[in-house]
Amino acid sequence: MSAIVEAKHLVFHYQETAEDGTLQKQETPVLKDISLSVEKGSFVAVLGHNGSGKSTFAKHINAILLPDEGKLYVDGMDTADEENLFAIRQKAGMVFQNPDNQIVATIVEEDVAFAPENLGVAPDEIRRRVDDALHAVKMYAYRKHAPTQLSGGQKQRVAIAGVIAMQPDCIILDEPTAMLDPQGRQEVMETIRRLNREQGITIILITHYMEEAAQADRIVVMDGGKVLLDDVPKRVFSQVETLKSVGLDVPQVTELAHLLRQEGIPIAEDIIHTDECIAALAALLDTAQPESR
Amino acid sequence: MLKEITSGQYFPVESVLHRMDPRFKIIETLLFIFLLFAGNSFWVIALGAAFVLLAQRLSNIPMKMIWKSVKPILPFLAITALLNLLFITDGEVLFSWKFLKITEDGISTSIFMMLRIVLLIIGSSLLTYTTSPILLTDAIESLLSPLRRVKFPVHEMAMMMSIALRFIPTLLEETDKIMSAQKARGATLDNGKLTDRAKALIPILIPLFVSAFRRAEELATAMECRCYRGGDGRTRLRTLKAAPRDYIGFAVCLLFVAASVALNILLQS
Repeated sequence: MSAIVEAKHLVFHYQETAEDGTLQKQETPVLKDISLSVEKGSFVAVLGHNGSGKSTFAKHINAILLPDEGKLYVDGMDTADEENLFAIRQKAGMVFQNPDNQIVATIVEEDVAFAPENLGVAPDEIRRRVDDALHAVKMYAYRKHAPTQLSGGQKQRVAIAGVIAMQPDCIILDEPTAMLDPQGRQEVMETIRRLNREQGITIILITHYMEEAAQADRIVVMDGGKVLLDDVPKRVFSQVETLKSVGLDVPQVTELAHLLRQEGIPIAEDIIHTDECIAALAALLDTAQPESR
Repeated sequence: MLKEITSGQYFPVESVLHRMDPRFKIIETLLFIFLLFAGNSFWVIALGAAFVLLAQRLSNIPMKMIWKSVKPILPFLAITALLNLLFITDGEVLFSWKFLKITEDGISTSIFMMLRIVLLIIGSSLLTYTTSPILLTDAIESLLSPLRRVKFPVHEMAMMMSIALRFIPTLLEETDKIMSAQKARGATLDNGKLTDRAKALIPILIPLFVSAFRRAEELATAMECRCYRGGDGRTRLRTLKAAPRDYIGFAVCLLFVAASVALNILLQS
């Protein structure tokens, strides 16, 4: 499989206002030499503590921020090349944390139409794309509603539909569930997983919820502007101590298994889902019970 | 309050007038205003009243709503009538007391002016009752589009209007939250002298403004991410299309205007 996003030695500094009023680059970079590539059709979660540079990295994929050093390619296009700007933004759509601040129009379907309108798509084709996108996030029944009438999870699904209407190959979601209640969070996660599985859209999910990251194919852990770990969820979460040292947690069930192992109970180390944990514990009890009787 | 602000005056029912092209409705409203001010005879008022009545029949807007639009201007009407009554001193004197003179002309002019204003209000309310704010914005953008030639930012203006409409409920909700938060910290907002109450608004307005700026910045980024690059080359999901009924409506409207102009010429000669 080919790479949709490829970062090569990315370095980025934010600007600050110096004492004499001029803008200058901050001394410590937010991104220190990030290299990674994301394959087409994969589901990658990016984990990191506040200030780890994960959001900054996300903004590079969409060419909102340009690297100070190094290169970033989206589907082979260099983000630093001004000419590629709209092609990149159309290929790699971005969903932000606050759904209220990314919905432009007063009616759901109009908002979903915003991106194709900007791209100059013909009205009939816009109509088709809007309907498809709303079906894909299961919000078609709400197409005539005002965004203010919707719940947080619904609004975020509308925002996702607004990106899907561009027909992107890749969607970057920057903490899309941070402002949602548990139900809204679940709705959004289901939508993301479905888009990845059924439409083959590459997902890059920036999050700080371990349970969400556990659903990805691959987890990239960032700390202090560097890639700390980059592996499949089971192997990432088995490094409980490393994760704790950078202020991250592991899923509750992983933590439970870890503590049980420390007590000398032989339970697998790579448990990340609740049902796995239940199965493992049941198996342990089955083998333990005859002896105790 | 929230609902009234966001939907404007829009009264969502099914009707011919609701379905008509908003661009035509705006032009027809302007023509109607021209009709009302074209002449000074009561025939013009009669024509205007007939036109408004016809529009009301076609709009399914209940008379109660029409009355609601007129009610707020009643004091203004009374003052206009009174001024006309007292300061027009031509014509036969019907009643006089000290320096005050009430004349026949005064009475007829004040009635004429009142009717003209009432018709003006009803006519323009019918436009806003039957057209949603978004459609109005679209129509204004479309009607002003020739001004693009002289570099007038038509698209930007329409975009600002629709974003403002979009964010009114969001900001109202936010104001409500901030007010509750400040009240929870012991702020008194509802009583005290006027100056005290004005001062109490500061801790509400400042967070509101800060948040509005933050929202604006985030929205701008989100719009850029969705390939927004101004009005050039932009297409629309919903395009305004004129139907036969729009041309018929327009013809009827022109007929009324022509009739009013003809009447004026006839009456003057």
